[in-house]
Amino acid sequence: MLDPWVPRLYRVTSVIRELADTVSLELRSADGSLNSLEAGQFNMLYTFGVGEAAISVSGDPSQRDRVVHTVRAVGAVSRAITALQAGATLGVRGPFGRGWPVGFTQQHDLVIVAGGLGLAPLRPMIYRVLQRRDRYRRVVILIGMRNPEEILYRPEIERWRSRLDIELEVTVDRAEGVWRGHVGVVPALIPRLGLEPASTVAMVCGPEVMMRFAANALRDAGIPAERIFLSMERNMKCALGLCGHCQFGPAFVCKDGPVMPLSRIASLWQHREI
Amino acid sequence: MEGLERLVLEQPLFHGLEPRVGALISGCARNVCFQSGAYVFREGASADEFYLVRQGVVALEVHAPGQVPAMISTVGSGEILGVSWLVPPYRCMFDARALELTRAVGVDARCLRRKCEADHDLGYEMIKRVAAQLAQRLHATRLQMLDLYRSPAR
Amino acid sequence: MNGFDLGARLLMQADQLQPLIEDLAARGYRVLGPTVKEKAIVYDTIARVEDLPRGWTDRQDAGSYRIERRQDQAWFGYAVGPQSWKRFLHPPIERLWQMRRSDHSIMQPPPQEKFAFLGVRACELQAIAVQDKVFLEGPYRDRAYAQRREDCFIIAVNCGEAGGTCFCVSMQSGPCAKRGFDLALTELMRDRHEFLVEVGSEAGGELLQRITSRTAAAADIAAAEAVVARTAQSMGRTLETNGLKELLQAHPEHPRWDDVAQRCLTCANCTMVCPTCFCTTVTDHTDLSGDVAVRERSWDSCFTLDFSHLHGGSARSTARARYRQWITHKLASWIDQFGTSGCVGCGRCITWCPVGIDITVEAAAIRATAPERPSSAAAAAAAQSAAGEAHPGGDRGGA
Repeated sequence: MLDPWVPRLYRVTSVIRELADTVSLELRSADGSLNSLEAGQFNMLYTFGVGEAAISVSGDPSQRDRVVHTVRAVGAVSRAITALQAGATLGVRGPFGRGWPVGFTQQHDLVIVAGGLGLAPLRPMIYRVLQRRDRYRRVVILIGMRNPEEILYRPEIERWRSRLDIELEVTVDRAEGVWRGHVGVVPALIPRLGLEPASTVAMVCGPEVMMRFAANALRDAGIPAERIFLSMERNMKCALGLCGHCQFGPAFVCKDGPVMPLSRIASLWQHREI
Repeated sequence: MEGLERLVLEQPLFHGLEPRVGALISGCARNVCFQSGAYVFREGASADEFYLVRQGVVALEVHAPGQVPAMISTVGSGEILGVSWLVPPYRCMFDARALELTRAVGVDARCLRRKCEADHDLGYEMIKRVAAQLAQRLHATRLQMLDLYRSPAR
Repeated sequence: MNGFDLGARLLMQADQLQPLIEDLAARGYRVLGPTVKEKAIVYDTIARVEDLPRGWTDRQDAGSYRIERRQDQAWFGYAVGPQSWKRFLHPPIERLWQMRRSDHSIMQPPPQEKFAFLGVRACELQAIAVQDKVFLEGPYRDRAYAQRREDCFIIAVNCGEAGGTCFCVSMQSGPCAKRGFDLALTELMRDRHEFLVEVGSEAGGELLQRITSRTAAAADIAAAEAVVARTAQSMGRTLETNGLKELLQAHPEHPRWDDVAQRCLTCANCTMVCPTCFCTTVTDHTDLSGDVAVRERSWDSCFTLDFSHLHGGSARSTARARYRQWITHKLASWIDQFGTSGCVGCGRCITWCPVGIDITVEAAAIRATAPERPSSAAAAAAAQSAAGEAHPGGDRGGA
């Protein structure tokens, strides 16, 4: 068994420039081995000599011969990753962490709330739900983005929106020009959904402030904290639960998360700088 | 007026209102409809009417010369459009443009303000309910101002 | 049957320690033990009993450490020094692998030398057991650590002297070594300089066969027990652990955190000297030619700003938050994570804090002035909101 500190080699097979600073890379294992990953998990992506970054899986987990990661250039490592061309080699460690609760949600109403780049870790879950649409009851997807020009996965969102078996609303913080969707914040869309608390499961991902307020709105709508799931983020170095960096209260985000129920997080969120 | 009264009381803003009070409000109300693209009100106009959107979407916009208007908020069904009618100088702050065919209940603001001065129970109900919407809008607007989705890169 | 049975107790003359050391060295162990260096008692390679801190002791208090001459010539008459055995089992800098750019081939460092530790205290055995839980019992096993542990030969020493900042009795980690050793010695200085030896493993029993000893008499055993009992009576500190976890986790806004933040320099000394602190950082760099990339792991501390770096800032930017994190992790969260307290009562963090912050004093202060303990986090939230705390995203409790 390979040492979990050692990256496996993957090749970049395609690069999609999603936004000015955001790129999706499709990766295939250099030795042809298949993946076994779950929606909500992440990999540590390594660029030679620069370092590693924890990036959520953003593609379809049922396609086991490839893995897709959507990366935004914010630091040295992510900038190096977003500069990679097709054919480049990348190191991959993982998959790590607890993903979105798939089995739990069947026969429930599902509310998926994504903010900005938070849509990337949720996209694999959306794919899963759409592939097994009949196993869920009502499916609502709420997406918040900065403005109409910076909508991640826009063509795909438009395709989802045109489906007759899911509800999908997009809202932007501000808009100029041609925009027929909402202008406002994602939490504001929640009260109007008429959710049934007893049978609803919510999955939320985005900047932490957005998740806090979305979680608030979901709680106000009656959804219990045990059925609101969030994808947490903290500084990660090892992703193995050995370096201590990603601790959030007693939880290690790399192994107890990144997906965690609000019931586990709420008391920590009440305090600054925990 | 019965149909209109029913429409007024159906509005989430007016849930649980006493029928007597509901009748007072619908006495100032009328049915309105805006075509897609039509302006509901313009910045600077006298805030003589506010609207309870029943169906459709209206965008609040700010216009600047040489630029495409910036949309700062959208108002949809069940929400109140226009709050400037409540406080002096009763002047519209922004442009409001229907993004699609929009049906609403329009309420004559002068008429309602007069009735509120005369009947403080009505006045208190209006203030309470509109204040709740204002608080929600304020919170949402503040979150929008945080620009949460901008890149954290330096 | 090659050696003495587990639990067997024998009496060994002091002059037998030298052949013991030599036997281990001859079998390829790097023998590490206490020695006086730079005015402290530190662990380093030893070859002879003369290298031991014979006739030395330490005087420790908050922010203060001195070594002093003893009246007698005891070889292990001190408590603990600035380092712990963690610097060998979980080294400060460790190369994980190196990769060649040309073919992306990876090379990992070969297994290292095997260690024999001489003079491991009961609290240190406990600390090793605590780190075993971290590195060996999680979803990912630290292989290098596992290798070093497996090869490690441990000779424990029961303390004859409690340190000024010791509180192993409170943490139930000493002063008597109970498990985790190959041999355990208790130094006896009656008419002769002798050691009571307890066999803790097959390897220990085997080694003992190769030196001279005799079965311990009841009087020998009693003498050894008396040494330990005397040490237990003279602890420098106490820490009340009853309900401590709940106390710390329920009061993250306690005013005491502001108080300690005024004093704490966030220098990270405590995490460096602590035998259980395990946090590390990972660095990737290349050599000058750029052809070889290296990944290293090195000790890190939750006291640094960088530790909780997130999106261009630090999730714990204040000293208050960082001290709170360290002590809450050590005494409370650790129990959630690993089933034991992270603290073994060795007192190093107290001794080596430049401003003398004392973990036992801080815990006691919180206990003394905490409001009536709420029964749940929700009740805590209610108490805090009544006190005017903002609560974003708080759990309202109940559906």
